[in-house]
Amino acid sequence: MNKMRVALLVTHLRAEEKLLIEAFQARGFQPDILLDRQITFDLTAGSEQRTPSGAAWRDYDVILERCVSTSRGLYLLAVLNAWGIRTINSHAAAATCADKLLTTLALASAGVPQPSARVAFDDESALDIIGQIGYPAVLKPVTGSWGRLLARINDRDSAEAIIEHRQTLGGYQHHVYYAQPYVNKPGRDIRAFVVGDETICAIYRTSPHWITNTARGGQAANCPVTPELDALCLRAAAAVGGGVLALDLFEDPERGLLVNEINHTMEFRNSSAPTGVNIAARVADYALRQAEVVV
Amino acid sequence: MSQPICPECGGTVNVPADALQNELLPCPDCGTELEIISLNPLTLERAPEVEEDWGE
Repeated sequence: MNKMRVALLVTHLRAEEKLLIEAFQARGFQPDILLDRQITFDLTAGSEQRTPSGAAWRDYDVILERCVSTSRGLYLLAVLNAWGIRTINSHAAAATCADKLLTTLALASAGVPQPSARVAFDDESALDIIGQIGYPAVLKPVTGSWGRLLARINDRDSAEAIIEHRQTLGGYQHHVYYAQPYVNKPGRDIRAFVVGDETICAIYRTSPHWITNTARGGQAANCPVTPELDALCLRAAAAVGGGVLALDLFEDPERGLLVNEINHTMEFRNSSAPTGVNIAARVADYALRQAEVVV
Repeated sequence: MSQPICPECGGTVNVPADALQNELLPCPDCGTELEIISLNPLTLERAPEVEEDWGE
C-alpha cells in the first residue's frame, strides 16, 4: 500500500462509500474510515490531535468528506480546513452548496443562469414574495436534501396553509422562506457530475412526479454531456468553490438550461451504470491528485 | 459469513461476504435499515433514524 494517507469521513457506509473504498484500494491506498459520531476535537488545540483510528489529523494528505449528516460534515470541514488540512470538498464550497440561498447568491454573482429566487422572513412577507413570483411557485427549506419539504404552491390558499404550518411547527430555519417560480420542466431534470475541471457524466432523472430525485423514485438514464452542458456546469461549480459536485439542472422551455441546486456530498450509486462512467474511480483519482499537490 | 438475526423482527439477515463495519443493509423480512456494528462477532443494530440535516 502507498504511504500517502487518505481518510473518509462518514456517518456510516452506504453504497457510495463502499465504491470509493474499493476505488482507493484498487489504486493501492487503504483509506481510514472515520465515523463522525466518534470524532471529538479540542477546538483550541491543533492538528496533532488523534483521530479515532489513532493517526494525527495532520498526517492525512487528503480527507474526503462523505457524511450524510450535513451539520457534522460542515463542522468537521471547518475544523480541518482551519488546521490547513486538505479536504474534499473545502468547507467554503460545502457551506455554499449546503444552503440554497448562498448557492443562489454565488451563481448570481457568476452570472450563471438559474431560476429566479426570492427570500422573506415572516408569514406576511412570504405571502408577498410568492404573490410576486406567481402561481405555481415552489417553497423550499434553505437547507435540506432528497426533496424533503419542498412544496409546489398552486394558489393563495395553499400558500397560506403551508406558511402557517411552517411558522407554527417549524424551527427557525423554516421561517426563512425561499421561493422560486415553478419551472415547467419536461418530466425530467438533469443531474450532472463535476469532478475538478471536468463534467464527467450526467443523467436524466425522469419521474411522473414533479420532484425527480432518485431518492424519491426518479429513474436515471444517460444524458449526453454536450459542450453547452459542460461549460455551464464548470462555471457553476467554480462559482461555489469547485471540487466534487453534483449539479441539478432544469431544461426551461423558454430560458434553456438553468442550474437549480448543487450538492457537495453527492450520491451516485444509480448513475455509473447508465452513464458507463466509474464515478467512484474518478473521484478517487481526483482526491489522489489533490493530495499529490501538497505531499 | 454467518447469518445474524434482525434485532427488530428476528428474521435472518444475509450479510454479504464483502460487508464492512458500519455498512448499512436492510432486513429482508421487515425492511428495517440495519447497521453492522461489528464484524467479529457479527453484530447488527437498528441504523440511526434519518435526521433533518441528512442528505447529499
